Amino acid sequence: MSVQAWTFVIVGASFALYIAIALRSRAKSTGEFYVAGGGVSSVANGLATAADWMSAASFLSMAGIISFTGYDGSVYLMGWTGGYVLLALLLAPYLRKFGKFTVPDFVGDRYASQWARIVAVVCALFVSFTYVAGQMRGVGVVFSRFLEVSVDTGVVIGMGLVLFYAVLGGMKGITYTQVAQYCVLIFAYLVPAIFISLQMTGNPVPQLGFGAAELATGQPLLERLDGLHAELGFAPYTDGAKSMVDVFFITAALMVGTAGLPHIIVRFYTVPKVRDARWSAGWALLFIALLYTTAPAVAAFARTNLIQTVSGKEHAGLPEWVGKWEQTGLIVFDDKDGDGRVRYVADAATNELSIDKDIMVLANPEIAGLPDWVVGLVAAGGLAAALSTAAGLLLVVSSAISHDLLKRALCPRISERGELLAARISAAVAVVAAGYVGIHPPGYVAEVVAFAFGLAASTFFPALVLGIFSRRMNASGAVCGMLAGLAFTSAYIVHFKFLAPESNDAQHWLWGISPEGIGTLGMALNFLVALVVARFTPPPNAQVQGLIDRIRVPRDADEPRAAPKVETQRT
Amino acid sequence: MNSHPPSRETRYWLRNVRLVSVLLSVWFAVSYGAAILLVPWLNGTRIPGTGFRLGFWMAQQGSILAFVALIFVYARRMDRIEREEGLDERDQRDEENAP
Repeated sequence: MSVQAWTFVIVGASFALYIAIALRSRAKSTGEFYVAGGGVSSVANGLATAADWMSAASFLSMAGIISFTGYDGSVYLMGWTGGYVLLALLLAPYLRKFGKFTVPDFVGDRYASQWARIVAVVCALFVSFTYVAGQMRGVGVVFSRFLEVSVDTGVVIGMGLVLFYAVLGGMKGITYTQVAQYCVLIFAYLVPAIFISLQMTGNPVPQLGFGAAELATGQPLLERLDGLHAELGFAPYTDGAKSMVDVFFITAALMVGTAGLPHIIVRFYTVPKVRDARWSAGWALLFIALLYTTAPAVAAFARTNLIQTVSGKEHAGLPEWVGKWEQTGLIVFDDKDGDGRVRYVADAATNELSIDKDIMVLANPEIAGLPDWVVGLVAAGGLAAALSTAAGLLLVVSSAISHDLLKRALCPRISERGELLAARISAAVAVVAAGYVGIHPPGYVAEVVAFAFGLAASTFFPALVLGIFSRRMNASGAVCGMLAGLAFTSAYIVHFKFLAPESNDAQHWLWGISPEGIGTLGMALNFLVALVVARFTPPPNAQVQGLIDRIRVPRDADEPRAAPKVETQRT
Repeated sequence: MNSHPPSRETRYWLRNVRLVSVLLSVWFAVSYGAAILLVPWLNGTRIPGTGFRLGFWMAQQGSILAFVALIFVYARRMDRIEREEGLDERDQRDEENAP
């Protein structure tokens, strides 16, 4: 069978599986639609969270980014895993105890303020929507590369599928398809990694393999890679090129941003008990770590392989896959000195080869000469990653509209059936809107995603943590803090990314902090402003104090299914 | 000023906050410490038997493994604290009983 036939078969089978699961788990109430009725086991929720979290960017781009930046790529590895520690220790158990449906629910009730609720809804919508646009684009790219349809057709197919199971099953349908999607994506990621590790080092465990000696030369792989980098004029692979300050701030912004992302937080509402929320955060990170510890190994293998395959070789004699990717424009060879050989060096003036970092994972099976079915598997894995994340995000968008805006703010008397219908309609509208943005991308998707993290870090995280750990924190403090964090972070990012992109370099940055890392400072500002303002305004009332007492202890977790009424009595 | 012994809820909360502070210090030390601030110094050492420079390994493997361990330690300790303070959740409708 050809690569394309394998891809059709494997992708088709995985899609059939998702649809079958969706048909079996239809949502009948708003509780099932928003939080799967609160009855998901901690391991299943861990699997679903891992799939929800790992997007097309984690699956397709991350290893490529690390491959091209070496040590600097660690900011993503640590940033996108370390946030789970904050989430598990500071947020998940208490939000589960609070036990409503959404993040704005908590902000609105804890601060007893419609203002705070609206600010939270706007942030949730912005963060989730920017994120989902990138996912739909990812679906289109994978489809176009492997099924040879246009990117636009790919986006439409992806939209149809997400529409089907998100609108039908809500959180319940999404949760169980995500469990299946995690299995598909992790299998698809590990199989080629194990193959390549065996080929290059003889060790089947990639995490160990990239610390071992290369079979071909007998030299430790990473030492060899540092040597190759030095020859070609790149910064040493294991040192990187970013300043320490910047690495520190970017890592912190990504960690805190991760802990503040609404589509991840909301997953912890779906487990039955507070202790399940803690365990499930552990499971989620374990499943995520399986991919995140493999990625740097894949990156190092791919980098070594790539340099050895192309550097200094005759262009005409390069393997077939190079030509295939050249056709897509993702590899470009420009023979500047006209000698027909590939000169791949750090110096832009004499470098002749440019490679798009997104192709590293997709091209890896071909670079290593793996069997055709592995290529099909990688395509199915990339689609699973993109679809699962898109579905989780769309649910946040739809619940922000139907629950936070309609039910809790605009028309509180809406019936259960009316709200469920509104949730389905807003999910459908959100899918179509996301598909539209996926077909007509604004051209700065990557910048916008950095924005989403910075914003989540500088708005939600402090408001949530202070709401749980400080009795003194009140609505004025929280709202002023969120607005200060929001204003500072967006002003900094908008200035460097959109208004004056030519001055976006270390010289002009505040204390050497790049726009990717500024969310950390925004978060600090948020905390500071919130604490100062709360100091000079009255403390929260007795009802809110009761709510704080109630979320701090695990006993009497109320079911999300029950009427949303604050219960103050405790045992 | 408080003449009453602290309630079990208060005790529970203080033990929780203490545990979280300890674990977050470790979290900070393995990531921002060993994988960022101390990297130049740690990179002088290689992990015996491998090609890993220590700081680089902490940044791309060690810190992640530590994060996973931290959450599981937290979940286990909290289960115990809850049992000791008599604040563990009673099983309501779900069939799988907590051990």
